[in-house]
Amino acid sequence: MTRKLSRREAIVGAATALGAVAVAKATAQEGAAASAPQATVTVPTDPTKLQGLPTSALGARSPFVKPSRGPTGETVGSSLTPLQDLTGPITPSDLHFERHHAGIPVIDPAKHQLMIHGLVDRPLVLSVDELKRFPQVTRTYFIECSGNGRHAFRSPQPDLTAQRVAGMLSTSEWTGVPLATLFREAGAKPEASWFLAEGGDACLMTRSVPMPKAWDDALVVWAQNGEPLRPAQGYPLRLLLPGWEGNINVKWLRRLELGTRPWMTRWETAKYTDPMPDRTARRFSFENDAKSVITSPSYPAQLRARGWHPVQGLAWSGRGRITRVEVSTDNGRSWADAELMGPALPKAAVRFQHMLEWKGGEHVLLSRATDESGFTQPTRSALIAARGLGTDYHFNQIVGWKVARDGRVTFHGET
Amino acid sequence: MTRGTRMLPLLVAAAVACDEGASGEREPNTMAVAVAYAPPATYRAGHFGLGRAPSRAQLAAWDSDIGPEGLELPAGRGTARDGAAIYATQCAACHGVEGQGLHPVYPALIGRDPRGEDFAFSADATVPRTIGNYWSHATTLYDYIRRAMPLYTPGSLSADETYAVTAFLLAANRVIPDTTVLDAAALRAVQMPARDRFVPDDRSPTRH
Repeated sequence: MTRKLSRREAIVGAATALGAVAVAKATAQEGAAASAPQATVTVPTDPTKLQGLPTSALGARSPFVKPSRGPTGETVGSSLTPLQDLTGPITPSDLHFERHHAGIPVIDPAKHQLMIHGLVDRPLVLSVDELKRFPQVTRTYFIECSGNGRHAFRSPQPDLTAQRVAGMLSTSEWTGVPLATLFREAGAKPEASWFLAEGGDACLMTRSVPMPKAWDDALVVWAQNGEPLRPAQGYPLRLLLPGWEGNINVKWLRRLELGTRPWMTRWETAKYTDPMPDRTARRFSFENDAKSVITSPSYPAQLRARGWHPVQGLAWSGRGRITRVEVSTDNGRSWADAELMGPALPKAAVRFQHMLEWKGGEHVLLSRATDESGFTQPTRSALIAARGLGTDYHFNQIVGWKVARDGRVTFHGET
Repeated sequence: MTRGTRMLPLLVAAAVACDEGASGEREPNTMAVAVAYAPPATYRAGHFGLGRAPSRAQLAAWDSDIGPEGLELPAGRGTARDGAAIYATQCAACHGVEGQGLHPVYPALIGRDPRGEDFAFSADATVPRTIGNYWSHATTLYDYIRRAMPLYTPGSLSADETYAVTAFLLAANRVIPDTTVLDAAALRAVQMPARDRFVPDDRSPTRH
């Protein structure tokens, strides 16, 4: 070569000379808008004989790692955390599940305001900067859509992935100000028993919340996993009601009104209510019950080697800490306590592990979580008996995976 | 109670006895975790002097919610006939000409399927839940249409138009006669068929 090579050409050329294999261009995942364009990456046969890539403004995943939330692509839509691809209890922010009712608004934080009014001594409007001048807390909590697991409950087909079974569950470290601090600042009147939370999206999402939650552990958060909230998670402000159904954690929070009774908004009457066999429907079912799901192995994985395999998954409860996770490898005939991998924080997911020595036999792997309030996951048939197959939210039935003799793993939902 | 004298949430420091090993041997893993907010005494008074009072205009613009008593309902009126025309141009594209919806994104609005009349939704998920058989408050309908609809031009309907669409949907669901002139007083008086169907959450460790 006679002309001077660009650095990129040099890298690629050298790599080729060393017998490199080009990795297929990291294709845009479903929902291409979310994926930054990625260059072709070359993999040298011996990376120790070649300068690596330079530093960059933003980190990127290895081209070998291609998670996707599998978005529906609608503004009134959802996307799911790929639980089978993750480790540990924390969900990477860009893989947090989504459920929006009017898309993701673009909000200028310099213009965003939070209004607190109604039954208060001193109605307040706070800018985001002012909000950040209150004493802050950082806490780890899960958020789970109360519709999580509906498909696995109603139609437990063998080709469901962990993502489809339970992917509307994500856990983050959140930073914000306790709602109690803000309500004291505004001077909440003692007769206030409920408050309305309103989001700044195109549906002005509204939910009613009992005041005791504000004095307990509710937060107004602006940060997630060490940086500002993702737009899909409420940037610049989100109400966080630990352990309560996802929808009530109002994103793009702009208004809190204190009153004496619930407002009976569309999202707490026509939606997010649970029809019951006695021809009623439960309303204001806030807590997400104790729940667990094995994420590895899961469909469409296949065990290929005999010997030891970690059976891992996540357990969580909206009523406090997970105190116990049991795993069965024989479809519930016997159960063993799984190891909790790290501290079980209140209202946060904890990962569990059970070692399986696979000798080529058939197994049905199940997990069953118990929380500190005494709730234990029911079987699917017990949940159907209690609420009926047509019930619509708050599914926490035991689920699992069938391992066939050839190692193929399929969903097992009929428990 | 006034600001500054309210009881503070208590600090709950809990010892967590965590996990058993996979082999069954107990390995105590004890840690203290603060689970509720406990402000230090220095700012326990709870007053930081941040923010300002909302202007009358901002309050009026933002405080748009209509509660179940309908006290906040604005002046205005509309009929089912007016509402039918608005529905056809503003709503039918998503919710269907007959209000049948477009599953699963755009819900059914209209319909009194006989299977839904005795509220047997727990037994059969395929019975559409509509305004006529599932909504508990007519005020919710006004509030929701006014705040969130039409999907691509939310908040664009006037009070009269919102009353008219509300009247159309209530009449199409056989909740009110299609001759009703719906205004604040008439809407407050509407009794929804499903109003008594809702019960508080009664889950417990032995009751799912």
